[in-house]
Amino acid sequence: MNLSELQASMLRIRLVEESIANKYSEQKMRCPTHLSIGQEAIAVGVCSNLTNEDQVLSSHRAHAHYLAKGGCLNSMLAEIYGKVTGCSKGMGGSMHLIDKSVGFMGSTAIVGNTIPVAVGSALAMKIQEKKLISCVFFGDGATEEGVFYESINFAIIHNLPVLFICENNLYSVYSGLEVRQPKGRKIFEMVRAFGIESSHGDGNNVQQVSDYVELARDKILSGNGPQFLEFDTYRWREHCGPNYDNDIGYREEEEFLEWKKKDPLKDIFENKDLDLVKVLFNKFNAEIQQAHHFADNSEFPSDKDFQQIINS
Amino acid sequence: MRKITFAEAINEAILTAMRESKDVITYGLGVPDPKGVFGTTLGLQDEFGEARVFDTPTSENAMTGVGIGAAINGLRPIMVHQRVDFFLLALDQLINNAAKWNFMFGGVCRVPITIRLIVGHGWGQGPTHSQNLQSLFSQIPGLKVVIPTSAYDAKGLLLESIFDDDPVIFLEHRWLYGLKSNVPKSSYRIPIGKANLVNEGSDLTIVALSYMTIEAIQAIKELEKIGVNCDLIDLRSTSPLDFELIRKSVKKTGKLIAVDSSSKSFSVASEIIADCAIESYNYLQKPPRRVALEDAPAPTSFGLTNSYYNGALEIYNEAIGLLGIKEENTGSKFIKEKPHDVPGEWFKGPF
Repeated sequence: MNLSELQASMLRIRLVEESIANKYSEQKMRCPTHLSIGQEAIAVGVCSNLTNEDQVLSSHRAHAHYLAKGGCLNSMLAEIYGKVTGCSKGMGGSMHLIDKSVGFMGSTAIVGNTIPVAVGSALAMKIQEKKLISCVFFGDGATEEGVFYESINFAIIHNLPVLFICENNLYSVYSGLEVRQPKGRKIFEMVRAFGIESSHGDGNNVQQVSDYVELARDKILSGNGPQFLEFDTYRWREHCGPNYDNDIGYREEEEFLEWKKKDPLKDIFENKDLDLVKVLFNKFNAEIQQAHHFADNSEFPSDKDFQQIINS
Repeated sequence: MRKITFAEAINEAILTAMRESKDVITYGLGVPDPKGVFGTTLGLQDEFGEARVFDTPTSENAMTGVGIGAAINGLRPIMVHQRVDFFLLALDQLINNAAKWNFMFGGVCRVPITIRLIVGHGWGQGPTHSQNLQSLFSQIPGLKVVIPTSAYDAKGLLLESIFDDDPVIFLEHRWLYGLKSNVPKSSYRIPIGKANLVNEGSDLTIVALSYMTIEAIQAIKELEKIGVNCDLIDLRSTSPLDFELIRKSVKKTGKLIAVDSSSKSFSVASEIIADCAIESYNYLQKPPRRVALEDAPAPTSFGLTNSYYNGALEIYNEAIGLLGIKEENTGSKFIKEKPHDVPGEWFKGPF
C-alpha cells in the first residue's frame, strides 16, 4: 500500500465520522457514539499491515478500527441506527461492532476489557499453530486498568503473537493524563520495563505508524514475542457525541488548534481542489450517503429476532 | 459398577474431554502443581503437555479474558480457581464479556468456556474463603450455573459444560470431594437444567443443591422414621433452573422447603419460593419455608460456625415445623462423631 491509499482510507473514515456527526441530531442514531475524528492515522497505519485473518479487537471508540480493518460500512451504520441489518443485528450499537469476515473480532464498551481477549486470541493462534497476529487497540486510560498489566504479563510469559496498540489521546473522558498518571511518565517506557519490546511514535503520521507496525508484525511472526506501540494523537470532538467541547472547561481551545495543525489528513485537505482528491471525496460521499440510506431504511430487530438470539 | 470420589470424577471428566477434543485446554493457578487442585487436575499436564495444560499468573481477570479470546477462536477452555472468592476479581470479564459476548454481537460469536469455582467450607475458612455465590452468578443472563452433588453428576455435568457452546460457571463444594458414587468409566453427559429427583415421597417437597443435598438426605431418612415421606430434588443447576420438576412435586405434596447453602435473602431458595407462589399457589397447603444462612458473612471461629451453618437437623426441624408435627427436640438424631467444621475425621487442615 502506498501513501495515497493510506490517505484515501483515512479520508473515507473521516467522512463517515463527519456524516455521523452531521446526522446525529436527526435522533435516528440513538446510542452512545464515540467518534474517531483526528485519530484516523493509527487505525489505518495499523490495519494496512494486517491480513484478513489477522485479528483486531477494539474499544468504545472503534469506528476507525472497524473500517480500517475492512468492516462493512452498511453494517456499521445500520448497527448505529439500531437496525437488524447491523453487524450485531442491533443488539450492540456503536460500541459493539464486529465483522468476523475481515478479522474484526469485536469492540466493547468497558475500558481495557478487550485486552485480555486479544491475548486469548493470540493464545489460540499459538496453540493452533497459525502464522497470524492478534492486535488490540486501547487508549491511555486503559493503561491504568489492572487487566492491562495482567494481560501483557501473560502474553510475555507465553511469547504470544499479540500487538498492543495504545492510542494516547491525553484524556479519559474529561480527565487529563496529569490527574491520572505521574508527571513525566512515558507509557511505552513503563511498559518496556515489564519485558516487552515497546516503541513510541507520532500517531498522526500514518506512514510512520505503518512503518512501525510492519516491523512489529514481522518481529512477532519471527517469534520475538508480543510488541507494544504507543502513538500520540488527539480526539477532536467530545468524548461521546457529535459536538466540539473545548468550551466546557476541561481543555483549552488552543490545545485543540495545535493538534488540528497536525491533522493526519492535512495533505489531503490542502489539496482539496485537485481533481484526484475531488474524485475521492465524491466517491466516498456517495457511498456514505447510500449507507445511511440503507441503515435508515432497514428494519428494527423484532421481538422475535431478540428472542432468537437470547435462546439460540 | 466402580465407585470413585467426586474429585476423581472431575479429573476423569477433564481427561475424557481432552481426549475427545484437542480444542479443550485446562488452566488455572496450581493446575499442574503437586496437589493438582484437590486432585482434580492431577496427571493432565503429563498426558496433554504444557501447551494445553498450564499454570497461570495470579491474574484472575485477565485469565478469564484470555479464556474468552481462546473460546471465540474455537478452543474450549476450562479455567479453575481454588476458591470462588478469588474469582470475584474477574467479574468484569465474566459479566460484561463472557455472559454478553454472543448476544451483543448479534449471536454470531459464542463463548464456550467452563469456569470451575470451588466453594470452601469449615476449618475457619471464614468470610472470604467460603462464599456460596450461586445466586449472584444465576442473576446474570447469558451464564449457565451448574452445581453438582454426586460424583456421577459431577462427571456427566462437567462433560456437558465443557462441550456446551456458552459460558458455564461450575461450582464445586469442597466437602463433596471425598464422597463416592457409582461412576461409569465411559463418557456420558447429563443435560444442564434438569434437576434430579433423589427421593420420592408424597408428604413434602424438599429442594436442595450441592452439599446441602447430602444434609437433606440425612434429614429425610429421619423423617421417614416418623412417617414423613419426602420428594427430594437436587437442582444440579441453578441457571437454567428446573422449575418444572419442582412445580410437579409441589402439586403432589402441597408443601415446599427450599434448602440453600448461601445467605437467605435474594438466594436461589428465594427464587424457588417466588416461583412457587406465582405458579403453584393453588396447590400450596402451607406457607413454603427456606433453610439458608442468615444474612451475615461467614464467621471464622470454631465457637460460631456450628450455629451459623445449617445441616440435617435444621432441615428436619423446619420440616416438622411446617407439617405441624409435635416432636421432641431431635438433636440427638444427628449427633455427629466428628467435629462440625470438617468433612471427616481424616481432615486435619491446614486449609
